[in-house]
Amino acid sequence: MRNIWAICKRELLSFFVSPIAYFVITGFTLLIGFFFFNYLSYFARVQDMSAMIALRGGDAPNLNQFVIEGVFQTMVVILVFLVPLLTMRTIAEEKRRGTFELLITSPVSVREIVLGKFLSIAIVLFVMLATTLLFPVLLIQYGNPEIPPIVSGFFGVLLCALGFASIGMAVSSFTENQVVAGVASMVTLLLLYVIQAPAESVGGTATEFFRYLSPLEQLQDPLRGVIALKSIAYFGSMIVLGLFLSQRALEAYRWR
Amino acid sequence: MIEVNGLSKSYGDYQAVAGVSFSAQKGEVVGFLGPNGAGKTTTIRMLATYLPPTAGAATVAGYNIVTQADEVRRRIGYLPENPPLYGEMTVREYLKFIAEIKGVPRTEMAKRVDSVMERCFIADVSHKLCHHLSRGYRQRVGLAQAIIHEPEVIILDEPTSGLDPNQIIKIRQLIKSLGETHTVLLSTHILPEVSAVCSKVVIVNRGRVVMESELSKLSRDKSLEQIFLESVSQEDAVDAAA
Ligand SMILES: Nc1ncnc2c1ncn2[C@@H]1O[C@H](COP(=O)(O)OP(=O)(O)OP(=O)(O)O)[C@@H](O)[C@H]1O
Ligand SMILES: [Mg+2]
Repeated sequence: MRNIWAICKRELLSFFVSPIAYFVITGFTLLIGFFFFNYLSYFARVQDMSAMIALRGGDAPNLNQFVIEGVFQTMVVILVFLVPLLTMRTIAEEKRRGTFELLITSPVSVREIVLGKFLSIAIVLFVMLATTLLFPVLLIQYGNPEIPPIVSGFFGVLLCALGFASIGMAVSSFTENQVVAGVASMVTLLLLYVIQAPAESVGGTATEFFRYLSPLEQLQDPLRGVIALKSIAYFGSMIVLGLFLSQRALEAYRWR
Repeated sequence: MIEVNGLSKSYGDYQAVAGVSFSAQKGEVVGFLGPNGAGKTTTIRMLATYLPPTAGAATVAGYNIVTQADEVRRRIGYLPENPPLYGEMTVREYLKFIAEIKGVPRTEMAKRVDSVMERCFIADVSHKLCHHLSRGYRQRVGLAQAIIHEPEVIILDEPTSGLDPNQIIKIRQLIKSLGETHTVLLSTHILPEVSAVCSKVVIVNRGRVVMESELSKLSRDKSLEQIFLESVSQEDAVDAAA
């Protein structure tokens, strides 16, 4: 435990000394802010229109569906590109500058190295996502959104971000070059993101399978206010798989 | 204590270390001497549990480097060929991190960091980023990192490379004093360094040990340089004849 925390603290120090963390966090907040106001103005327009329709007995548009869900879904796309920026250096950089040799020959296990690094990224991601809670707070001033979908949506997107980070770390463990690590992680996450695209055309169980693998599909429930065991299991397995692969890659590295 | 028995390492077809055997006792400073590419770093990396050997065995501080690597890691201090520094940390932050992962008790941490900076002559750069250090200072911080937890066995890969003459003398004194109470293995290709700090010398060439001897037992009418050149060139001559 002490070792995991020591590694994590050191990683956080590196994150906040380099411009990368600030760049990623402010970039994310700004982008989400942009999309938030976009969805909001769209919602306002739809509301005006539906006010006319409502006279004829239609449903009023729902603030949660239009704005909150939209923003959370957009977050996932942005995470596909930003998480690799946070994870690319984790292990690749350690190998490049020779500190990997220091860690391995210290009384610290590979598992502790991997968990310490993951914990530090998790903290950065939490801070990053938490900054966007500003927008729902604004929304509460403006209208009256349902709170549960915001909470469960936040939780779902955080889980998704952690899953992405875990995969990014695994990719970073296979190379000494952080640019390669970053690009390869983006491609991997992008593939995962679009995996449900062929689902409709293949049909049968394959459709179900591709749908199951899609993070967007798995976020449906949390975005509607339901924290389903199924989604937790999905993102949980993604995290465990990534950590496991990272550990294996690091253990194997010295045997070449 | 270090006991090495037929240790070998191959990179693909290329055999970098071919059955190296030697030993180092507590209270000894053993110089691991050899020309470039002789296999010094490779051997040291195996002893430090970084690289797994392809054949042979070794014990460090009484533990097998492969099957009991965790125990070995608790008992060694290791300075790799390139000092493993985190550029974005200050020297003090870095040494504190090292003390943490090497298991120095929390209550002693600050004291150890201060005393090791004193011993390695780096107190004046304690607030500098490692990134901004000169080559010699990097080397000294690397050395500090290797001894901060007072390990039983100290393994140093070219500890004086990049130091100025004045520092070389001071660091050699430090290593010599460490040798009185610890087991020290250091690699070098500087011959006078061996005579200055070591009590024993192991000469390697092309992955093989060509000579192992206490320094005091070496023949008096030959300089270490002669012995080194002879043992290295003999090997090469035999290889050429074959
Ligand atoms: N990862 C590697 N892959 C292939 N060959 C390697 C690798 N590392 C080292 N070698 C080779 O093994 C041999 C021994 O290298 P080593 O670094 O152990 O020598 P050395 O005695 O430390 O030399 P120097 O005095 O230059 O530091 C060299 O011929 C080197 O090219
Ligand atoms: Mg070397």
